[in-house]
Amino acid sequence: MHTVQVQGLVKTFDGHVRARRRGRGDRVRALDGVDLAAEPGEYLVLLGPSGCGKTTLLRTIAGLEQPTEGEVLIGGHVVNGLPPRVRQVAMVFQSYALYPHKTVRDNIVFPLRAERMARDERERKAAWAADLLDIGPLMGRKPRQLSGGERQRVALARALVREPAVFLLDEPLSNLDAKMRATARDELKRFQERVGTTTIYVTHDQAEAMGLGDRIAVLERGRVRQVGTPQEVYDDPADTFVATFIGSPPMNLVRRDDLLVGFRPEHLLPEEVVPSGERVAMPLRVERMEYLSGDRHVYGTVSGIGEETRVIARLPATVTTPLVAGEEHRFAVEPHRLRFFDAEEGTRAPAVPVDGGPIGGAR
Amino acid sequence: MTTPVRTGGDMDALRRRYALRHLAARCGVYGAAVLAALVCALPFLWSLVSAFKQNRDLYNPQSNPFAFNEPATPDHVTFLFTDTPFLTFVGNTLLVGALVVAVTLLLALPAAYSLARLDRPWGTPMGIAIFMVYLVPPSLLFLSLTRVVVTLGLEDSLWSMVVVYPTITVPVSVWLLIGFLKAVPKDVEEQAMVDGYSRIGAFLRAVLPLLFPGVVAVVVFSFTLTASEFVYALAFVSASPEMVVSTGVPTQLVRGDVFFWQSLQAATVLTAVPIAFVFNLFLDRFVTGFTMGAVKT
Amino acid sequence: MTSTRTEAATAAPDVRGKARLADREGFLAWAMLLPSVVYIVALVGVPFLLAIAFAFSDVTTGDPSFDFVGFDNFRAVFDDGVFWRALRNTLVFTLASMVLIVVFGKILANILVADFHGKWFVRFLVLLPWTTPVALSTISWLWFLDSIYSPVDWVLRHLGLIDGNVVWLGRPGTAMASVVAVQAWRLTPLAAVIVMAGLVAIPRDIDEAARIDGAGFWRRMVEVTIPLTLPVIAVAALFGAIMTFTDMTVSYVLTRGGPTHATDVLASWAYFRGIEGGDVGQGAAIALFLFPLLLAGAIAILRAVRRLEAG
Repeated sequence: MHTVQVQGLVKTFDGHVRARRRGRGDRVRALDGVDLAAEPGEYLVLLGPSGCGKTTLLRTIAGLEQPTEGEVLIGGHVVNGLPPRVRQVAMVFQSYALYPHKTVRDNIVFPLRAERMARDERERKAAWAADLLDIGPLMGRKPRQLSGGERQRVALARALVREPAVFLLDEPLSNLDAKMRATARDELKRFQERVGTTTIYVTHDQAEAMGLGDRIAVLERGRVRQVGTPQEVYDDPADTFVATFIGSPPMNLVRRDDLLVGFRPEHLLPEEVVPSGERVAMPLRVERMEYLSGDRHVYGTVSGIGEETRVIARLPATVTTPLVAGEEHRFAVEPHRLRFFDAEEGTRAPAVPVDGGPIGGAR
Repeated sequence: MTTPVRTGGDMDALRRRYALRHLAARCGVYGAAVLAALVCALPFLWSLVSAFKQNRDLYNPQSNPFAFNEPATPDHVTFLFTDTPFLTFVGNTLLVGALVVAVTLLLALPAAYSLARLDRPWGTPMGIAIFMVYLVPPSLLFLSLTRVVVTLGLEDSLWSMVVVYPTITVPVSVWLLIGFLKAVPKDVEEQAMVDGYSRIGAFLRAVLPLLFPGVVAVVVFSFTLTASEFVYALAFVSASPEMVVSTGVPTQLVRGDVFFWQSLQAATVLTAVPIAFVFNLFLDRFVTGFTMGAVKT
Repeated sequence: MTSTRTEAATAAPDVRGKARLADREGFLAWAMLLPSVVYIVALVGVPFLLAIAFAFSDVTTGDPSFDFVGFDNFRAVFDDGVFWRALRNTLVFTLASMVLIVVFGKILANILVADFHGKWFVRFLVLLPWTTPVALSTISWLWFLDSIYSPVDWVLRHLGLIDGNVVWLGRPGTAMASVVAVQAWRLTPLAAVIVMAGLVAIPRDIDEAARIDGAGFWRRMVEVTIPLTLPVIAVAALFGAIMTFTDMTVSYVLTRGGPTHATDVLASWAYFRGIEGGDVGQGAAIALFLFPLLLAGAIAILRAVRRLEAG
C-alpha cells in the first residue's frame, strides 16, 4: 500500500486554444496551491462542483497532466516528470474507455501485455480479476455488447490486474442510471475494502462522497476547502462554501452582526420537540411546505436571532406538529448545533451566545 | 503488492531517462514535421526560385537549382501577366468556381437535409447511391459528356464547366453536409416547429444558420475540386478566352516543344498558394465534417 | 401551445392545406432530394448510358452519326497490344500509388495531429500538393524530371550518387516510377486529411487509458490507434485507389503515355483514342472497361463505411 501526496500543486492552462474557446485571454488556474495526502489503503474522495479542479488534480496524479508548480509523491517518491506507466497507477475513466475493438479478456490483459508478462501468468491474473468482479462469462464479448454496469466492472478489472499502487476513479458512476448507481456504489466500496489499495475517487455527487469516502476533500476553484471524514465535513464545515455545498437542503445561514449563524435544516424543529434544556428559540413564519418521503420540508422566514432570512427546516415524520402556511410558529435549535462563520471571509468563527427573541419581537 | 521498492536515486535516474525521452520525442515531432513540409513543399520552393531566374541561369545544368547564380529577374513573371491571358484564366476560374459552388449548395443542402433528417426508408441507400456517383470518374464520362455539351451548344464556353462540374461536387457535398447536419441538435428545429414554423421554415431559419461551418467547408472543398479539374476542362473548351487556369496555363505557356518554364512555375505558385491558404483555414471543419459523415451515413 | 391550436383552428382551409404540404415529411423528403437526383441522372446517368451506346457504335469525331456495330470496338481494342499494356500499367500505377499514399498519408496524419509550434504553417505547406491544380503541379514536375536540367539530378549528382543525367521520363522503368511518385505526392495530403479525421475521432479517454495501462508509443499505435482508424484508413486507401485508377492527367502531362506506351493507363489511352484519335467508339469501349473494376472498388468502400457504422 502506498501514500499519495500532493504539495503546493498549481496547474494553469494557458493553452491558447482553451483560453480562446472560453472567450478569455487570461490563464485559467485549474489548481491553485493544493496540498493533500491520502494514507495507505485510504479511500479519499475529491468532491466539488464542476470546474473546481478535481478532475485536473486526478489527472495530474495519474501523470496525464504535468503540474505547473508543486510536487506529486507516490509511495514517498516524487513522480513529477514520470509518465503514467512508471507511476503504477490505475485509472477508471468516466466513460470507462474500454478498447472497443478488443474483447473483454483482451481489454483486461492489455496492461499486463504492456508489462511483457508471460502468457500463462497473464491468463491467471485475468481469471483472478474476472472472478473477483464476477465477469467470467463475459470474457469473450466486445464492450458494445455489455451493459453500463458490466462495462464498469470490466474497467475495474482492467485497473485491478496490474495490482497498482493507487486506484484513480473519475466519476465512474455518472454513466449509470440511478437504480444501478446505488448497487454499483455498494460494490465499489466492498471491492476496495477487499483489495485494500489506496483509492482516490472524484465525484460531484455528495451522496456518493458521503457513502464511499474514508475522508472527503472538498474542492472549489482549484483550492481544497476542507479535508475530513464525511461526518466532520458535514457536522463541522470549515467555511460557508462547504456548509452550503454539502447537505440537501443546505445549511441555513443567518446573518447576525458580522457573523453568520449556521444550522442544518434537520436541527431546526418546532420548539416543543426540541429536548428541553438549553435551546435557541426563534419565530418562523411558515411560507410553504413540501412532503418528501415522509419528511416535511418547511420553507419560511426566521427572525429573532439575526437579520430576517429565508430558511428551510426538515421535520422527520415523527414530528407531527400542525403547521399552516402563513402562520408563525416557534422553532428552536440546540445551541451545540449552531456553527459560526465570519460574514466577510466565510471562515469558521468562535461560538458566541445567541438567544432568540419573543414571537414577532425584535431581538 | 508487487510494486518494486524504489530508492530516491532510482527515481532520479528514471526521471532523467524520461526527461531525455521526452526531449527526444519532441525533437522527433519537429524533425518529422519539417521533413513532411519539405517533401510536400520543396517542389514549390523550386518553382518559386525558378520563376525569377534568367534563362542563362535556368538553362545551365551546372547551376544550383535552389539559388540564383545570376541576378534574379521579374521579367518572366511580368510576361505571365502582360503577354498571356493569365488574369483572364484566373477570372474564369473564380467565375466558374463561384457559380459551381452556388449550384452545388442549391442542390446539396436540401438533398442532405432530406437524407439526414426526414427519415425515409430509402434514406440510407439513397445517400450511398449519391456518394457512389462521386466514384464515376470524368475519364469514363468525358466522351459522352462532350456530346451532351455540344448538344446544349456550350462547347468552347465556360458555361459547359458550370453545368458539368456539380456532378463532381454535389455527391461529396451531400456527404459532408449530412455529417454536419447530424451535429445540429434536432431540438432546435423541433423548437422552431413548435414555435409555429413549418418544416421548411425550421430548416431555413433554425438549421441553416447552425449549419454555417458545414456550408463553409462545402464551399472551400467544392472550389478546390473545381479549380483542379483538368479532364473536362480540356475536353470541353479549347478557346483560350474561355479557359480556366488548370487548362489555360498549360496550353498558353507550352507552345509545341517550347515551354515558358519560369512563367509556368510562377503561375503554379500563384495558383497553389491562395487555394492552400484558404483550405488550411477551414481544414479543421472539413476534418470534423468528414468524420461525422463517415461515421453516420 | 394554446396559441398554435387557436391559429390552426381559425386559419382558412387553403392555408391549412399549404401548411400541411410544407410539413409533410414524405413529400418534403422527395421534393428536396429531387433536384439533385434529376441533375445527377441527367448529367451522370444519361452520359453513362451514352458511353455504353458509343462503345457499340462506329461514332467518330468526323462522322457523328450513330451506327450499331456490335462488339467490333471491343474486338479492335482487345486486338491492340497497347490496351493490354495500358491495363497492366493501370494496375501497377494504382497499386503502387495506393500503397505509398496510405503509408505516407498515415504518417503525415500522425504528424499533423501532434502538438507543435508552427503547425499551421506546416499544414499549409503539406496541403499544397493536393490543392494545386493537378495539371500545373504536374508540369512543374515535368521540369524537375527534365532530361538535362532536372534539379533532382543536380542534387543526386552533388551527393555523388549519379554521373550525368537519369533521364527519368525517357526510360520505361523510371518513367513509371516517376508517374507513381508524382501521383503519390499529390494525393498523400488528401489521404492524410481523411486519416486525420479518423484520428481526431478517437476518444481522448481511450488513448489516455492506454497510457495509464503502461503502453508505449508503438504499442498504442499498433494496438489502439491503427485498429480504431482502420475503417478510415480503408476509405483513404480506396479514395486513393479510385482517384489513381481513373486518373489520366499525370501520365498525360508527364509522359504522354510514353516512352512507347510504358506509362499509358486506361484513362489516358481512352482519351488518346477517343478525343485525339477521333475514334469515339473505341475510346468509349476502353473507358467502359474501367467500370467493373471501379464497381468492385465502390463495393469495397461501402463495406468500409458499414464497418465504421458497426464499430
